[in-house]
Amino acid sequence: MSRRRHSDDSDAGQPHKRRRTSEPSEIEERLESLICRVGEKSNSSLESNLEGLAGVLEADLPNYKSKILRILCTVARLLPEKLTVYTTLVGLLNARNYNFGGEFVEAMIRQLKECLKVNMYNEAVHLVRFLSDLVNCHVIAAPSMVAMFENFVSVTQEEDVPQVRCDWYMFAFLSSLPWVGKELYEKKDAEMDRLLSQTESYLKRRQKIHVPMLQVWTADKPHPQEEYLDCLWSQIQKLKKDRWQERHILRPYLAFDSVLCEALQHNLPPFTPPPHTEDSVYPMPRVIFRMFDYTDDPEGPVMPGSHSVERFVIEENLHCIIRSHWKERKTCAAQLLSYPGNNKIPLNYHIVEVIFAELFQLPSPPHIEVMYTTLLIELCKLQPGSLPQVLAQATEMLYMRLDTMNTTCVDRFINWFSHHLSNFQFRWSWEDWSDCLTQDLEKPKPKFVREVLEKCMRLSYHQRIIDIVPASFSVLSPANPVCIYKYGDESNRSLPGYTVALCLTIAIKNKASNDEIFSILKDVPNPNQDDDDGEGFSFNPLKIEVFVQTLLHLAAKSFSHSFSALAKFHEVFKMLAESDEGKLHVLRVVYEVWKNHPQMIAVLVDKMIRTQIVDCAAVANWIFSSELAHDFTRFYIWEILHSTIRKMNKHVLKIHKELEETKARLARQHKRRDSDDDDDDDDRSTDREDGPLEEQIERLQEKVESAQSEQKNLFLVIFQRFIMLLTEHLVRCETGGIDVFTPWYKSCIERLQQIFLQHHQIIQQYMVTLENLLFTAELDHHILAVFQQFCALQA
Amino acid sequence: AMSSGGTLSILRSDSYAELSQYRDQHFRGTRYDQERLLRKSCTLYVGNLSFYTTEEQIHELFSKSGDIKKVIMGLDKVKKTACGFCFVEYYARGDAENAMRYINGTRLDDRIIRTDWDAGFKEGRQYGRGRSGGQVRDEYRQDYDAGRGGYGKTVQCQ
Repeated sequence: MSRRRHSDDSDAGQPHKRRRTSEPSEIEERLESLICRVGEKSNSSLESNLEGLAGVLEADLPNYKSKILRILCTVARLLPEKLTVYTTLVGLLNARNYNFGGEFVEAMIRQLKECLKVNMYNEAVHLVRFLSDLVNCHVIAAPSMVAMFENFVSVTQEEDVPQVRCDWYMFAFLSSLPWVGKELYEKKDAEMDRLLSQTESYLKRRQKIHVPMLQVWTADKPHPQEEYLDCLWSQIQKLKKDRWQERHILRPYLAFDSVLCEALQHNLPPFTPPPHTEDSVYPMPRVIFRMFDYTDDPEGPVMPGSHSVERFVIEENLHCIIRSHWKERKTCAAQLLSYPGNNKIPLNYHIVEVIFAELFQLPSPPHIEVMYTTLLIELCKLQPGSLPQVLAQATEMLYMRLDTMNTTCVDRFINWFSHHLSNFQFRWSWEDWSDCLTQDLEKPKPKFVREVLEKCMRLSYHQRIIDIVPASFSVLSPANPVCIYKYGDESNRSLPGYTVALCLTIAIKNKASNDEIFSILKDVPNPNQDDDDGEGFSFNPLKIEVFVQTLLHLAAKSFSHSFSALAKFHEVFKMLAESDEGKLHVLRVVYEVWKNHPQMIAVLVDKMIRTQIVDCAAVANWIFSSELAHDFTRFYIWEILHSTIRKMNKHVLKIHKELEETKARLARQHKRRDSDDDDDDDDRSTDREDGPLEEQIERLQEKVESAQSEQKNLFLVIFQRFIMLLTEHLVRCETGGIDVFTPWYKSCIERLQQIFLQHHQIIQQYMVTLENLLFTAELDHHILAVFQQFCALQA
Repeated sequence: AMSSGGTLSILRSDSYAELSQYRDQHFRGTRYDQERLLRKSCTLYVGNLSFYTTEEQIHELFSKSGDIKKVIMGLDKVKKTACGFCFVEYYARGDAENAMRYINGTRLDDRIIRTDWDAGFKEGRQYGRGRSGGQVRDEYRQDYDAGRGGYGKTVQCQ
């Protein structure tokens, strides 16, 4: 006997039932809108808008104080690009209402603690910066801010904590100084000097093994790829040398100085950083991406130097704008272009640099790659006379530096550039890049051009690509993506299996059933005579060859045709590919038929995994097989491998989710039963009710474990194969006395790094196994270094 | 969600992923059912394609926002050839949303393509609904479009 619960208001289907009075939420919306819009383009000055808004909010305080507090705390957390606008607003409110100022500061501290508890470190930094700027607005007393920073810096003295934890507190302190350094130094110079000296010694002793793994280029010229804390430290040191004079940040509060300095300040309560726990996950370290300096735009305003604090502030703000508006590409582009200081800084260059910084960020970009392509197109639309030229200049620079660019970043460059070109009729001055034609095809520049042309072809068609490049580039043009059918020509009739292939072709064209196919295939002899068990269904490579070649050839017309073929003859595939060798051979034949059409190979492999004709481990082994050695450094191979790993990961998550949901259902069932007035404690009926669900949970538990085991195995296979391949190369080079660092080697070792970086969360679970089984001390130091760099990322 | 926070409406704005005004008039079911399906759909309608655009090109472009489950080419009801639209179905709604945000309104085969939410493919919906067999928009348009059979059908018949 179950009772319907009264909390059924949560029915998603009838939202209109909820609100009784619309007024309070309307007012909250209006307040939120007023607050969010201040600082946008307006007929009145920012100062008068702030003054007006402060008056409105002050009047609303008696009735809507908690709502106003919530909104202001939220903008502090989520709109850091408008930091000084809102600190000024809070300053004005504090001047008018001291208690409100105090309550706001308390609410901010509560919010900061919550953020740190739930690992929201980016937002926590915004809150710390906001608090520090409140010192400039006479809301918070400088000494109490210094005290908070002292507690932050003392985290570096904690023992047995990850370095990334100390890094964050250091970053929160240093990155607030552009805003408040001057004020804090004026009031507490001795304490600040002490903090800065402690900072310096921490930065000197912290380890930086992880840095090479995160650098976009391996070369230091023309711009060094600095670790983010090192760069920030240089910027703060320079700021201090300039006596904390900072001229870029817009400070509306300066206009209100006379009002604000009358205000009473609050002291921050003593802030103890929450302790490190097992659940703490700190931000990954970063490397600062730089591609431009003042020499790149000789006509325009001077670009602030790499160690200037202005550069830091501009980049921070532009990144924040993208983070705020990533879903709305037109708004995002408009907001980026209306960043203040347009005539004093080469804004287009900053924007392009920041966008590429995100696109090339390792391990992964903050947002989906395609967003950046479309954002750049929107920017070109808004600034057609200037931005396309900056973008072309950037492309040229990136091309020039391909030799030292990390392979993963080259992948992203290829994807971006080909997609971008497809929006502009593939117009490009290819002749400017003819230098790559004289180089070995495996070198980064010709390789890049080949891959770009291949991607361009996928977005259009073969003849188009032939037409858009100069004739001299034909050596780099992609192959015509046609299928290669070995039994196609009469001249091949001496090939074993040729007659069966003909038979199959006719049968399939006549809509034969799976059974008819089986009986035709029975006649195919097995070259591995010993393995034939009479039934004819042990691993028979010739059978696989004849069937797969013929079927794929018949279905070659389109992806849909091929998918239908896989579906129709699924039974035959499953039988032929039952063993691990069978799976591998199917993949080999697919490659033989479609080696001119990598895109087709990728979609077929995807479909075969999803329909369980092959498994992920088979794909991994196939990729590292000698048959594919020729294509090993081609982009499509790694797209296939990473897609395979992602499918495996998603599969594990899906079953896990099912398990959790079923557990939740059982829990709800228990709850319902417990809340019933039924005193009839019939154990048997309880068991009967729970039985099916409990069985399901047990089955799902097994499924989860089996999937997790398959997932771990996949990674182990991949790492094992990498180690074998790289060791072979290293040994060969050493004995032959040749340089290890060939283009192939660079590509291969960076592909290994890419596995670690792209799937770091999953791989973290296997650290012990990896350390004990695969990445042991006996391993060549070149390979071990990659593992050590990875370990250093969250150390 | 944080107890003291939440988010701001200006940051919630996701206009590219919203439902458009278009509702398929042939949909079997109530307006309410249709909108419910649109809001959880993983399928997009893609329009203004060239007649020559292939499934492969569509697959390449739309894969940029996530793994594609299926592409169904729109066909002329009479000729059974491509007539300038298709359906793209993703495994995950989030991937379809990203297509709406970043692929809608960009070019494929040099044409600005348009994507919109679809309530889900049903057999028969792969055919154009224009009188001549293609899409309705190609029946009556007056302009010359080389990628879509030249002039509109009524113009051609003059």
